[in-house]
Amino acid sequence: MEQLLQQVLAGLATGAIYAAMALAVVMIYQAIDHLNFAQGEMATFSTFFAWQMIQWGWPYWAAFAITVAASFLGGVAIERILFRPIRNAPILSQLVAFIALFSILNSADGEIWDFNIKTFPSPFGSRPLFGSSLISTHQAGMIAVTLVMLALLYLFFRGSRLGLAMRAAAANPQSARLVGIRVGWMVALGWGMSTAIGAVAGMLIAPVVFLEPNMMLGVLLYGFAGAVLGGLSSPGGAVIGGFAVGVVENLAGTFIPYVGHELKLTIALVLIVAVLMVRPAGLFGRVTVSRV
Amino acid sequence: MTVPEPETIALEGRPRPAVATSAGASILRPGARQLAIGATLIVALAAPLVTQNFITFQLTLVMVYGLAILGLNLLTGFNGQFSLGHSAFYGIGAYTTAILMNYNVDYYWTLPCAGAVCFVVGFLFGLPALRLQGIYLALATFALAVALPQILKFQPLEPLTGGVQGIALMKPDPPPGVPLNPDQWLYYFTLLVLLVMFAGATSLVNSRTGRAIMAIRDHPTAAAAMGINLPLYKTLTFGVSAFYTGVAGALGAIVIQFVGPDSFPFLLSVSFLVGLVVGGVGSIPGSLVGGVFVLFVPNLAERVSTGLSGAIYGVILLLVIFVMPSGAAGFARLLGGRLARARQSFAKQTTGRIK
Amino acid sequence: MKELTRRSLLAALPAAAALAAIPARAAKNYGPGVTDTAIKIGNTSPYSGPASSYGTIGKSEAAYFKMLNDQGGVNGRKIDFISYDDAYSPPKTVEQVRKLVEEDGVLLVMSPLGTPTNSAIWHYMNQKKVPQLFVATGATKWNDPKHYPWTIGWQPNYQSEGHAYAAYILKNKPDGKIGLLYQNDDFGKDYLKGVTDGLGAKASMIVLAAPYETTDPTVDSQIIGMKSAGADVFVNTGIPKFAAQAIRKAAEIDWKPLHILASVGNSVGATLKPAGLQNAKGIVSDFYLKDPTDPQWKNDPGYLQWVAFMDKYYPAGDKTDAGNVTGPSLCQTTVQVLKQCGDDLTRENVMKQAANLHNFRVPMLLPGIEINTSPTDFAPIKQIQMGRFDGARWQLFGPLITGQAPA
Repeated sequence: MEQLLQQVLAGLATGAIYAAMALAVVMIYQAIDHLNFAQGEMATFSTFFAWQMIQWGWPYWAAFAITVAASFLGGVAIERILFRPIRNAPILSQLVAFIALFSILNSADGEIWDFNIKTFPSPFGSRPLFGSSLISTHQAGMIAVTLVMLALLYLFFRGSRLGLAMRAAAANPQSARLVGIRVGWMVALGWGMSTAIGAVAGMLIAPVVFLEPNMMLGVLLYGFAGAVLGGLSSPGGAVIGGFAVGVVENLAGTFIPYVGHELKLTIALVLIVAVLMVRPAGLFGRVTVSRV
Repeated sequence: MTVPEPETIALEGRPRPAVATSAGASILRPGARQLAIGATLIVALAAPLVTQNFITFQLTLVMVYGLAILGLNLLTGFNGQFSLGHSAFYGIGAYTTAILMNYNVDYYWTLPCAGAVCFVVGFLFGLPALRLQGIYLALATFALAVALPQILKFQPLEPLTGGVQGIALMKPDPPPGVPLNPDQWLYYFTLLVLLVMFAGATSLVNSRTGRAIMAIRDHPTAAAAMGINLPLYKTLTFGVSAFYTGVAGALGAIVIQFVGPDSFPFLLSVSFLVGLVVGGVGSIPGSLVGGVFVLFVPNLAERVSTGLSGAIYGVILLLVIFVMPSGAAGFARLLGGRLARARQSFAKQTTGRIK
Repeated sequence: MKELTRRSLLAALPAAAALAAIPARAAKNYGPGVTDTAIKIGNTSPYSGPASSYGTIGKSEAAYFKMLNDQGGVNGRKIDFISYDDAYSPPKTVEQVRKLVEEDGVLLVMSPLGTPTNSAIWHYMNQKKVPQLFVATGATKWNDPKHYPWTIGWQPNYQSEGHAYAAYILKNKPDGKIGLLYQNDDFGKDYLKGVTDGLGAKASMIVLAAPYETTDPTVDSQIIGMKSAGADVFVNTGIPKFAAQAIRKAAEIDWKPLHILASVGNSVGATLKPAGLQNAKGIVSDFYLKDPTDPQWKNDPGYLQWVAFMDKYYPAGDKTDAGNVTGPSLCQTTVQVLKQCGDDLTRENVMKQAANLHNFRVPMLLPGIEINTSPTDFAPIKQIQMGRFDGARWQLFGPLITGQAPA
């Protein structure tokens, strides 16, 4: 029983990593209607950027703020320079462009900052929370930040004109254009926001998993899984999905006898696919109806 | 000559579907097309006789990857189902061959076996895939790609799969009396398989079944309304696609003489996807162009810079997408269209002058 | 497999006969890739892809040969070092190695990296009779001169390290309960097998053997599982990233087992510093190379020599990365073989000399460890020494242990 509790808590702590990334995944999905395979590498690059500033002696929060701002601008720039010219290309071609971006950033990280793991400071410290060794202050802080980002996103999309315009632009570009929304800039804005969220996620994840060029490889995979499980059209669902993936994976690895240890990732993925069988748009996603 | 050629009209006038046009999208006149195929074939037949063994080996791999990409193309390009799981089918095909060859089955008999195993796996996987679309299908197929290496490493299966150490194979010798070295023989063997399977794919997509498959891609609801059995065609396409990629995997295992869990990572699926897009989604000959890209461009990138080879590869890939957003096949169509138009306007000018 | 070996042996016969027919060797006898002024050496390394962190081994080798060439080369011949990227993908390794052998015409292929990658070229090299020299992997199978006379290992094999851990546990905690963390691939499973075999009848001491995948973000779950299972011995065979996570997590949840860390992850700079030096106090590990981040070597001549080399020829290289020690050490072993070859630089003689190393010292190997090979012994480095971390450096203790894992 104690083991169960511990594994669930550890799963939630790891799940917070996935949830933070799943949020960035949903953000880009809201803006461009598909996924960005390079998102993890972009977040890693942002984190290295922050790490470099901290190495140069900048205070943590200054580095944090500058990184988030720079990531936002970087995201906008990537959209304007790389993806705007091919916005009319087939979706698969755009996907390959993401793969190209992934390859470029991953290789550049390794060449600039080498492959040794680096420690990244946590603004929350890593003491046990309330004297319990099960969850640390950093992990609690990470969960809190993820939830705050989620609340902000919710307010943005529901409450602000800009958020509404962005949703309209993603859902129906033609109609949005007709009512005077500058669809191109909405897409760029979505890129900027998702890159900024990715940067925050990266800076929260790095203290836990250590910073290195391949840091996000696995995290993005789980983040995708979480976002898809929760439903790509639902930021709240994606966060819940991220936590769920963390918990399910730990429990599968610990309690399924014989196969659990070696095949825990496989089992987690099979479970997710099974859920998708029942709910093809994820647990909290909206099913789109196609018209003839 | 004022009347434009029929196929030019088809090209210009047909509404372009979201993915790409059909396989037969010919950019050349019928006679010229046969000429091009014939010339390619002659070059392909002569190549191993005039090149080093190493180049022959590389060209064999190009064909292997081309065949694997063709498999993906049948599913994604013609049926509109997205897959990140084809490294798994490739791997299953390769392991089927490796295991059978370990039991002293002749290498050529392992190919249909590998294909059949993959067909069954693909068909079965196609069933749950029916419920999923787009990104959700991508995740499901991705799960397959991630699961395969784990299953291959799984302890209880080790007697069969060789576990983490993999299985090494013997390179088959040419049949007695054939004056070729093993590399050349494998090349011709692969070429033969490739030709048969490309011909099969071409006739498939040009058949009634093929039109049904493409109709599902272009408009599933309309296709269903027209009486096409969606679930059947979609799962069958999944099976056939896996069959093609599985046979490619089997050939790959024989050519490389080794299979291991690390030979079939998820990244292989990504390579196939890149090859598919670079060659041209929905283009059968484009698959071979994809094979060339997948094999040679990383080598090219490495020549530019060792440390930054990944970055160089990415830049090349971006350039390709910028220049040819619809892949080599789309690019060729574009060029062909321009050529035809130029020819027409030239014809108009001349006729005008005569008048 | 049996079939295969027999056939390759049969194939080898005529060649051996032809070799014997060559008249008494001339003063100069060159194999492929050798001239009066240069020797071509090939290599594959993962410069891209998932294992690109090991690419630095290849880069440091290239830097080392550059230095060697500046100093005049080997017996007056410069080394032409050709290293290709195989992205840690076995099919790519086959392609690149065939390129090295058939197109570039190298004399030998030196220290290709990785077990699956070397496995893929194993038969090819032995069929073609090209030296596959000092492979950069610790699998046991490379020490098989009878069946694979053209392949030779280098580092102590993982299984013999596992044996040493088992022996240490049996001696110091005979009633312990062992938790073992391993990477779910060839090297992780070799460690697991080594420890299990070493424990012999007491293998049931292992209460939990938990694997991780390199794509796992953390190993927290595995560590918590071990503590819950009541383990009081922890064998940590992770690569630096996961070894460091495990050390930190164990401290966080207040789990204080007898902690044994495998040599792949025992770098002070790459693992223990990120994990927190105070968390690593008391950890036991095994060594064959000098850890460049361990302050005890700071006046050691071998270390100073290495630092001078790194500063001048590989300034971009990370001096806390053990890979940059492995690379030059591999080069030094190869150079010794070439020196012993003299002017008889054929592939046959390369293998003959590689199997004829006696008490050869590499500056960055631990004091007392020497390289020895013979026609029946293709495991150059066999000795390791245990050490305990005192919070700042590794304190070596006990005698040099010679690996016991059979070939």
